[in-house]
Amino acid sequence: MPLKAVILIGGPQKGTRFRPLSFEVPKPLFPVAGVPMVQHHIEACAKVPGMKEILLMGFYQPNEALSRFLVSAQQEFKVPIRYLQEYAALGTGGGIYHFRDQILSGGAEAFFVLNADVCSEFPLQEMLEFRQQHGDMHSFVILGTTANRTQALNYGCIVANTGTQEVQHYVEKPSTFVSEIINCGIYLFTPAIFQHIGEVFQRNQQELALEESSNGWQRAEVIRLEQDVFTALAGSGKLYVYKTDGFWSQIKSAGSAIYASRLYLNQYSKSHPERLAQNKPGGPVIRGNVYIHPTASIDSTAVLGPNVSIGEGVTVGAGVRVRESIVLHGASLHDHTCVLNTIVGWDSTIGRWARVEGTPSDPNPNDPYAKIDSETLFRDGRLTPSITILGTLLLVTIPAEVVILNSIVLPHKELSRSYKNQIILCAYAGSTCCVQGLGSNFVCFSTKGHYQHHLATPTLHYLLSATPWKVLAHLQDLGALNVPVMCRQLTHRNRLRALDFSMIVTA
Amino acid sequence: MRALILVGGFGTRLRPLTLSRPKPLVEFCNKAVLLHQLEALRQAGVSHVVLAVSYMSDALEAAMREQEQRLGIRISMSHEKEPLGTAGPLALARDVLAEDGEPFFVLNSDVICEFPFAALARFHRQHGGEGSLVVTRVEEPAKYGVVVCEADTGRICRFVEKPRVFVSNKINAGLYIFNPGILQRIQLRPTSIEKEIFPAMAQDGQLYAMELQGFWMDIGQPKDFLTGMCMYLQALRAQHPEKLHSGPGVVGNVLVDPSAKIGANCVIGPNVTIGAGVVVEDGVRIKRCTVLEGARIRSHSWLESCIVGWSCSVGQWVRMENVTVLGEDVIVNDELYLNGANVLPHKSIAESVPEPRIIM
Repeated sequence: MPLKAVILIGGPQKGTRFRPLSFEVPKPLFPVAGVPMVQHHIEACAKVPGMKEILLMGFYQPNEALSRFLVSAQQEFKVPIRYLQEYAALGTGGGIYHFRDQILSGGAEAFFVLNADVCSEFPLQEMLEFRQQHGDMHSFVILGTTANRTQALNYGCIVANTGTQEVQHYVEKPSTFVSEIINCGIYLFTPAIFQHIGEVFQRNQQELALEESSNGWQRAEVIRLEQDVFTALAGSGKLYVYKTDGFWSQIKSAGSAIYASRLYLNQYSKSHPERLAQNKPGGPVIRGNVYIHPTASIDSTAVLGPNVSIGEGVTVGAGVRVRESIVLHGASLHDHTCVLNTIVGWDSTIGRWARVEGTPSDPNPNDPYAKIDSETLFRDGRLTPSITILGTLLLVTIPAEVVILNSIVLPHKELSRSYKNQIILCAYAGSTCCVQGLGSNFVCFSTKGHYQHHLATPTLHYLLSATPWKVLAHLQDLGALNVPVMCRQLTHRNRLRALDFSMIVTA
Repeated sequence: MRALILVGGFGTRLRPLTLSRPKPLVEFCNKAVLLHQLEALRQAGVSHVVLAVSYMSDALEAAMREQEQRLGIRISMSHEKEPLGTAGPLALARDVLAEDGEPFFVLNSDVICEFPFAALARFHRQHGGEGSLVVTRVEEPAKYGVVVCEADTGRICRFVEKPRVFVSNKINAGLYIFNPGILQRIQLRPTSIEKEIFPAMAQDGQLYAMELQGFWMDIGQPKDFLTGMCMYLQALRAQHPEKLHSGPGVVGNVLVDPSAKIGANCVIGPNVTIGAGVVVEDGVRIKRCTVLEGARIRSHSWLESCIVGWSCSVGQWVRMENVTVLGEDVIVNDELYLNGANVLPHKSIAESVPEPRIIM
């Protein structure tokens, strides 16, 4: 049976909780367990018999990193892979509707749709078999999994017939408990799905035509599969849920990338034992599951693992300890450094005896259905070390012997001292600008000097090039801080409001 | 000559170290605090030292016997049934102190300096007054009680507690010499020598101040213990540089017991004291710390401004800083971060302590 797969990779305005990592590479290409996040999806799709083509769909501008990845993935998995660029963010349903001809070309009888920001065992074959078993080849299948009662509220919740697994009710992020079965963001559709999406499109168009000031069809094409389509399909006998007990997690925050890495590394012991580092004479000490890129240079006295991924060209010195961390390509960890629960950014340098540590945000290990929380970075006005992973370093130089604890350091920063529980926003030599938890109710936004900095990302560039009080005023206009702000070394004090850190950077 | 050391209570300020042994027996720069004082007193011609204590301790008694042998002096204990303050113990030990009719020394047991006992005795005999005390200069006199004295003779005019305007930068260093006559002024009851006896003596023109040369520190608290160590090692550098450790990976003033072992690729110092039998494994960085006897610091750890208690074991890749004090036989698991932790003896630490607190 001819099959296709669509992987929804989103765009630069999405995945803000993944900042500052997503400034450097598109989030779907961020390495999880040593390979780009979406490669796990592609690999799973390529394994399904009859897979004719894999389409990545999103609203990233075509870029070199993405093109290079597509070429190498095509070669590796021997299946055509293309990128389809949406002209705007069209939602999870709008994109596939817009490109329906591309998806159906070549006579695809069914196709998978996978969100890029999940990690999973991807039981695609099982979803096909499930559809065959319950006998209706024209039905649609959602991959579902069990969450606990509290966390289910953060997901799409599915109520299904316990016998047939037909979806009777679907609701996205309800405010009260509906069901423990949640939507994994992985679907199996037949071409008939486009009729249902098309109905939503028609309805949107009609509604918009009645609104005088609307700008027409563009907004009609923004369609959310979950709210607009599944909710309507529930109870119609066409939508089923296939429940998996395999691992699954969202990858929303940097902290969840480390958790997802652990899940994939764990899977490698069966699927890709060759990707897991082994203890060898003359090699570093490996504890648990560790991925080391072949080009990385690791001293034999280093101790790595569990759950460590070491990227291309990384240098790890003598007596270095790395645990529960991702070290991205080109980074250099000098002798005796200790790196725990951290993402070490591209080409960062950590001086000897420095300690870089974050706080894990793992799901409750005693609850088999617990999922990782991807909340905002602040709670009650304080940076919460408990939630996101921190100590994110990109092109950052950490001097010898300091401790960087629960902090997010933005790119191109040379630190000169220890930092704890802070977001170090930006800087070039001689200037510092950081957000920190202070007491119980303050965010401190401190700065020295003016910025003269050039970064590719225009939004960040604005922040970097503006004078500090302009930044603060702008943040205030945006309602960008939900906590009182104290301006150190500035002439006035401001009380600002904001949603979270992602807003700050967007400003 | 006779001397009285005011040991007093349990040394709660130096906990958790003093939970394991009496404060006078805690090693300061690889030598019990008491020994620093006993040796200096003996050198000044003291033949009988009385320790004024408010508790009984077998360990202290055993140490006294041992030092009696070693130093060839008499050491006795004067046990207060109730705390008698800083003057009461003089009355309690009246018989010993007045025995030979000579002036006698009195000192606080928390003080570390280059003890100037011989000079103090000379100074005392010269002026002929009833008592002399050592004063030391401080930068911020407003925190202390200061001593106002005549510039030429050193005769003390008055004491001012926490002065709000500058009157003097000299404070009482806790080292005294008195004629036996002072005992007439002191009753056997809780009395403060600083607040009740000295002002009266000053009024009578019988109290003189001698200024201390060199460093001085009250090491009753861990933070000051470490500061005092830095000062002591600096003084050692000036007077006995051969006693300090040198070699690859040694930075600044570092004192290492000959029985200690230090591994490869370590960087030790400045201002570090390593006690007897201590093992420092490979790749360890230590600065501004005291590591007490029998402790082990495992590889790749980083320590700054800490006191590591006797027989402790600090795991690999541990970072400890900000006046972290480990009591006796504490185990710190691998890869932890201790910031200002105060850990009671015989604890096993399995979680990081990111903010200063006491670990019971």
